Amino acid sequence: MPTMTMPISLAVNGIPRVARVAAHHTLLEVLRDDLALTGTKECCLVGECGACTVMVDGRVVDSCLVLAVEADGADVVTVEGLAGRDGRLSALQGAFLDKGAVQCGFCIPGQLMAAHALLAQHPHPTQAEIEEGLAGNLCRCGCYEQIFDAVRAASDAAPETLETPAARAARTAGGARAGARTSDEGLDQ
Amino acid sequence: MTAPARVGESPNRVGGIGRVTGAQRYLADIQLADALHAGLVTLDCARARILGVDASAALALPGVHLVLTAADLPQPVPRFGPQREDRPVLAVGETKYHGEPVALVVADTRELAEQAAALVRVEHEELPAVFTVAGALAADAPLVQDPSLRPDDPLARTNVLREHRAEWGDLEAAVAAAPVVVEQRYTFPMVTHFAIEPHAFMAAPDGDGLAVWSTIQHPNWLQRLIAGLVGMPLSKVRVYAPDPGGAFGGKQHAKYEPALVFAALRLGRPVRLVLTLEETFQAVRRAACESRVRTGFDRDGRILFQDIEADYLIGAYTDIADRVVGKGSYPAAGPYNVPAVRIVARSVLSHTVPSTAFRGFGNPQVNWAVESTLDEGARLLGIDRLDIRLRNLARRGDRFIPFDTPCDGDWAESVRLAAGRIGWGTPLLPGRGRGIAVGIKSGPTTGLSYSIVRLLVDGSVVVYAGTSDMGQGARTVLAQVAAHELGAPLDWVTVVMGDTAMVPYDQQTSASRSTVLMGNAVLNACRHVQRQLAALAAGLHGVDEAEITVDAGLVRLPDGIELTPLEILKPGLGRLGGELTGLGEARKDAEPGHPLGGAPAFFEFNCTVIEAEVDEDTGDVTIDRHITVSDVGKALNPLQVRMQDEGAAIMGLGHTLMEHYLFDEQGRIRNLGAIDYRIPTSMDLPRELHSEAVENADGPGPYGAKGMSEGALLCVAPAVAGAIREATGVTIRDLPLSPERVWRALRDARSEGPAGGVER
Repeated sequence: MPTMTMPISLAVNGIPRVARVAAHHTLLEVLRDDLALTGTKECCLVGECGACTVMVDGRVVDSCLVLAVEADGADVVTVEGLAGRDGRLSALQGAFLDKGAVQCGFCIPGQLMAAHALLAQHPHPTQAEIEEGLAGNLCRCGCYEQIFDAVRAASDAAPETLETPAARAARTAGGARAGARTSDEGLDQ
Repeated sequence: MTAPARVGESPNRVGGIGRVTGAQRYLADIQLADALHAGLVTLDCARARILGVDASAALALPGVHLVLTAADLPQPVPRFGPQREDRPVLAVGETKYHGEPVALVVADTRELAEQAAALVRVEHEELPAVFTVAGALAADAPLVQDPSLRPDDPLARTNVLREHRAEWGDLEAAVAAAPVVVEQRYTFPMVTHFAIEPHAFMAAPDGDGLAVWSTIQHPNWLQRLIAGLVGMPLSKVRVYAPDPGGAFGGKQHAKYEPALVFAALRLGRPVRLVLTLEETFQAVRRAACESRVRTGFDRDGRILFQDIEADYLIGAYTDIADRVVGKGSYPAAGPYNVPAVRIVARSVLSHTVPSTAFRGFGNPQVNWAVESTLDEGARLLGIDRLDIRLRNLARRGDRFIPFDTPCDGDWAESVRLAAGRIGWGTPLLPGRGRGIAVGIKSGPTTGLSYSIVRLLVDGSVVVYAGTSDMGQGARTVLAQVAAHELGAPLDWVTVVMGDTAMVPYDQQTSASRSTVLMGNAVLNACRHVQRQLAALAAGLHGVDEAEITVDAGLVRLPDGIELTPLEILKPGLGRLGGELTGLGEARKDAEPGHPLGGAPAFFEFNCTVIEAEVDEDTGDVTIDRHITVSDVGKALNPLQVRMQDEGAAIMGLGHTLMEHYLFDEQGRIRNLGAIDYRIPTSMDLPRELHSEAVENADGPGPYGAKGMSEGALLCVAPAVAGAIREATGVTIRDLPLSPERVWRALRDARSEGPAGGVER
């Protein structure tokens, strides 16, 4: 069955990436299958559960609802981009660990990205803002209380520790796209 | 080395870092080179006769390798199941429920497999089917299972798979003598597990054997199943069971692994299948239940009898559902001393998704009915709902169920604690009401777990445990036990799980057993290592081995000198190095005379108290306060205990307030998927959720622990309904207590007026 494909280039966690993607493939599929970034999870595929939450150009999105071609030129941050290159956990990740905000863990990448976006917008969120900011991220284990605790603990941390490598790169080098290049090499789609 | 870890502390979760960085590999994250992708072919109706399968259009697509149907399988088509072997690998002759796979398509990509699946033409004829208890029990109801599958079964020509009876005392005399009798009917809907990780499977030829990956809770059970199906020795079937992303009972037993195995063997290549959430809804659910409860009281509120009938609507194949019915209904009379009891619970087959184990295992359905009836009795008698429970509650040692495990806790302590936390009996704000419920669930009735623990020469520890860590935190607790016993810091302990070629046998991860059974196996393996440490120390220090004690990570010599394991290991093992290896076992044998095959290792006891308010214009229920107290014996990791308790409570709010499958007349689930089937979000939580544990170190697990992951789910529905009743005067006996249902009940009550039973 012929499939229309097109090349896209994007920055993922501050690293320029290229891919040739089918026109109908989602950002979730490209992250997981083409770029082997499997931290972003697949569950409902209709934008209800939040397991696939990532940030695109600073906005929090369900990557199952974004076509990969729409992310051409975008700056994408996934859960893999929260820790430093040296592996040091971000304040938010550390807070999730310390507060026990993880049970099975499957929803946690999405929870972290939603919380990360929430804190970027509201560095000191109220309880209502936390609940609303995470309302699109289901946790069937039900560790919502611990997730709230973690978000509160992280909000007490200094703002720069919340910054991701991608954001840092964008701030210091005038945008991660500067280094992006388009190439079809090694692509099989 | 940091300080040794201790039980009773709440260290960060073992495996937590991978879960916050995205590095944790769940099954769908594992890519095998050369893997093909499978898709399911299903029909858009429940029951249909399969007249023919035309796969030519699908097979004509480049990249499609196989369309596997029942005709391609060994004949007769193998059937499997943990209780009865009645589920065919793929549908044979007819489909029995909406979503049952007729064929498995295998292609180069997942997308291609889905496209090809849509091109498989299944000529079929829709057949009459049953989707409700009443429909299934009707005299002219079509039979869900062919009687040939049920030889020597007097019920084979009905849709009743089995009737479970538990009786004691003289019911007839008690009924005749009881001054107050309450009789009511209650319904509990079908709900689904909705683990955020949909089920996933892979199968691949592996040298002269076979490798199977599954999100399954019971890898050893799956290994036996697959070995039997393909005729291989166990040693040639390797099951990998990566930590599931939530399971809740839904991942206990095999679903599509057998079909994948046959496809992989046929193609000689790995085949993978990652279900969609919709397909997962069509693979696992909880049994619906219709209960009739008749309870007799004396004037002081003492329960004189319980007469309980419960019809559980199970699905088209047994899975573990009939065990759910038998075990879940057995303690239906509750944690009370009741002199006369009759419980009749029936497993009713229907043309619906096979129901299976789900947190609470058949108890929440009947506890909803029995505890609600107790409230109605209290109201009739003018007795406080807390008092009536305390008046009837079993005390430690009481054989409240004859021939069963006696009451194994100070259950009244939990009740008083919960009631005290909410201020039971204190004035309420206008528009609010309170509800209270208690519940018990039987722990495992049999069990067998082995563990190997290796103490390495540097003092670090490797634990092998066949438990699945599906979020309950078994990996952390087992590491804590080993660290505590062998004096290691927690981050020096590695727990190896989920690989049948590496890890010794474990019967299963179910019934909140792992802290108790695998915990004891790990503890016993550590004790074995400790004995070897004592022998080494005796040799090194020239003292009698019998005079050396090893406890909580310290080796104590007869002269009082305390040494760390490391101080023994290095000199003791000598130049060649080596290590100490311990083998531990924990076994709970079957008791053939017991109706359940064994008395439970422990009871999970919970008391839940709710304060709620109802928006009478919308029917919306807000939970102001939700107090849950569980009797846990000993919290080896208090934070994890709290999280399991809160998680069970929130899951209980799901089936209480919002969750249910909706069917159309053809038996299709109308609310498949996350848009139309709602589970609690961060916006649906109680304003205050408070979980507490009662710890009397009276459990059979390490240091007195009991299992505790299900109790807080048992009581939510009756406690919430009780609060709604107090807030509005309206009694509702059907779940979920959705805004629509509450609003209608309020409207009906208003139109009927006070004579309709409304007390304000």
